[in-house]
Amino acid sequence: MKESIKIELRDLVKRFPMGTKEFTALKGLSFSVMGGEFAGLVGPSGSGKSTLLNIVGSLDSPSEGSALVLGRDIGRLSHAEAARLRNHHIGFIFQTYNLLPVYTAYENVEFPLLLLRMGSAERKKAVMEALEWVGLAEKVKSRPAQMSGGECQRVAIARAIVKHPELVLADEPTANLDADNSHHILKTMVKINRELGTTFLFATHDEKVIGYLRRIIRLSDGLLHSDNLVEPINGED
Amino acid sequence: MIRFLFKGLLRDKQRSLLPIIVVIIGVFLTVLMHTWIKGVFGDVVDFNAKFATGHVKIMTRGYSDKLEQLPNDLALTGVDDLLAELAVISPDIQWSSRIRFGGLVDVPDENNETKTQGPAVAWGIDLLTPGSPEAERMKIPSSIIRGRIPEKPGEILLSEDFAKRLEVEPGQIVTFFGSTMLGGMAMQNFILAGTVRFGTQAVDRGALVMDLEDARLVLDMPDAAGEVLGFFPSGLYEDDRAKALVDAFAERYHDQENLFEPTMVTLRDQNDLGSIVDYMDVVTGLISFIFILAMSLVLWNAGLLGGLRRYGEVGLRLAMGESKGQVYRSMLGEAVLIGLVGSVIGTALALGISYWLQNNGIDLSGMMKGASMMLPSVFRTQVTTPAFYVGFLPGLFATVIGTGLAGIGIYKRKTAQLFKELE
Repeated sequence: MKESIKIELRDLVKRFPMGTKEFTALKGLSFSVMGGEFAGLVGPSGSGKSTLLNIVGSLDSPSEGSALVLGRDIGRLSHAEAARLRNHHIGFIFQTYNLLPVYTAYENVEFPLLLLRMGSAERKKAVMEALEWVGLAEKVKSRPAQMSGGECQRVAIARAIVKHPELVLADEPTANLDADNSHHILKTMVKINRELGTTFLFATHDEKVIGYLRRIIRLSDGLLHSDNLVEPINGED
Repeated sequence: MIRFLFKGLLRDKQRSLLPIIVVIIGVFLTVLMHTWIKGVFGDVVDFNAKFATGHVKIMTRGYSDKLEQLPNDLALTGVDDLLAELAVISPDIQWSSRIRFGGLVDVPDENNETKTQGPAVAWGIDLLTPGSPEAERMKIPSSIIRGRIPEKPGEILLSEDFAKRLEVEPGQIVTFFGSTMLGGMAMQNFILAGTVRFGTQAVDRGALVMDLEDARLVLDMPDAAGEVLGFFPSGLYEDDRAKALVDAFAERYHDQENLFEPTMVTLRDQNDLGSIVDYMDVVTGLISFIFILAMSLVLWNAGLLGGLRRYGEVGLRLAMGESKGQVYRSMLGEAVLIGLVGSVIGTALALGISYWLQNNGIDLSGMMKGASMMLPSVFRTQVTTPAFYVGFLPGLFATVIGTGLAGIGIYKRKTAQLFKELE
């Protein structure tokens, strides 16, 4: 089956004002990400990977060039359209989980579906499925404070995939986890990627994450340094 | 979604319980302060009206000129005719004749020699006519400390403090010495029916209350009265109406040269109550305003802090695709809910206590010993219509405005920074 292009960047430039001058964070990037990829933006701090993730996630817009994400030109989206794109099609996984502390695991996962105004029965089924995917079906009533860091990040993954997004963006998802939990989380994401076909794009410099990637896009000083399809070191169970 | 947000609101005590408690306290204090100020100032005016000034008062010009001396030689005569005329002119106003006078109360021992004596400030009011509102107006039945209210001619009341000083008990005979309207000596024995405490030191030091007809008898004032007091049916002083009455009365009685010509004055024009009435309005408004402003700032700040505390949550919601408008509206909705719940509870609590204080008051007589002003020593609140909504200004509006200002940050927030901020 031929996978469609999920992300297509052409001569992407991003500048930020810095006092009277401008700082160029991305200096003309061009590459595409196909559906079902498990790819990572890899590079040191300041290389531009977070800026790129912001643009792909429709949280920011390019200064020059174009970024087509799921067929939408990010530079031309209004705030409301960008919010709608995130809401319907993109899942986010953050370094610090960012679960809502007063809600249970079930409710945290349910939240994106409420934004989509999904019906109650359908919602319940989707939430339970997502929690089963990450192996936390028995923790539905636990609140973040009652769970370990690894469990919290698994809930965050469930929240990201519960609406079956075409694209999941993960920013340093294992930075706050120990090695065991990191591998568990990454294996879960690999499984979701394989079985659901969800496209994953990471921003990371964590070797543990890099070991699971099938494509490594190295950035350096806002430029594409290298873009290689690789055989994952830890990919197989 | 609303249920989801409401669930979070209930669970997050810092988002619901604490702000509601802050709003309750703020609203409670605002409403209580409002009713307290209204009550204290209102009591001063009401007390003076009932004991001394009426809402309007008729005297002779001569009596009016030397009012502080209570010159009963210049009292109104032919009062029955005057009352009949007043009943036609303004039938809804309650007119009451009174005689105020000074004298000496003498308590005899077993040999009928003077045991104790003391100066008295006396009121001759209509105690014995069936249906007369005077005793109730001066709250005599509820102010009786010992004994009972006079039931027949020849019985009097003394203030409790005065009776104790004179070492006299209800049922004993006391002698009143004074001067008649015509300057002769007045002397009459009375039975002490009971003792009263009016709750103002200026009166309670040496008050004597007797029936109007007894006073007329002892002071040789048949069909005369020092003062005729008029009380509006609402029980409240109405300045415009009082002025209109005075003007109408002045057209009937306009002989400026005749010392015995009746003249009518308003409550405002007596005992410096005009400035108190004005002062009351200004101070009530000012204190309420300052207090509301202060509470508004507190609650505004609480709303602001509440909004800032949830910076992370808001960021997450934006990142997950909730629009800025949706997030802002939900925050305002929560603020309205918190403000409403807090305002309703705070207002209800304050009104409950205000109603209790309105009925029972706080006795500050210990702090007012030696006071010569006609001030009530039992201070009460007064529940007025504004008390039902004044708390909503800080409680609801300040909370919502505070949250609204905090929420402006949502619109200024750059979504591009969300990843960084959320870490």
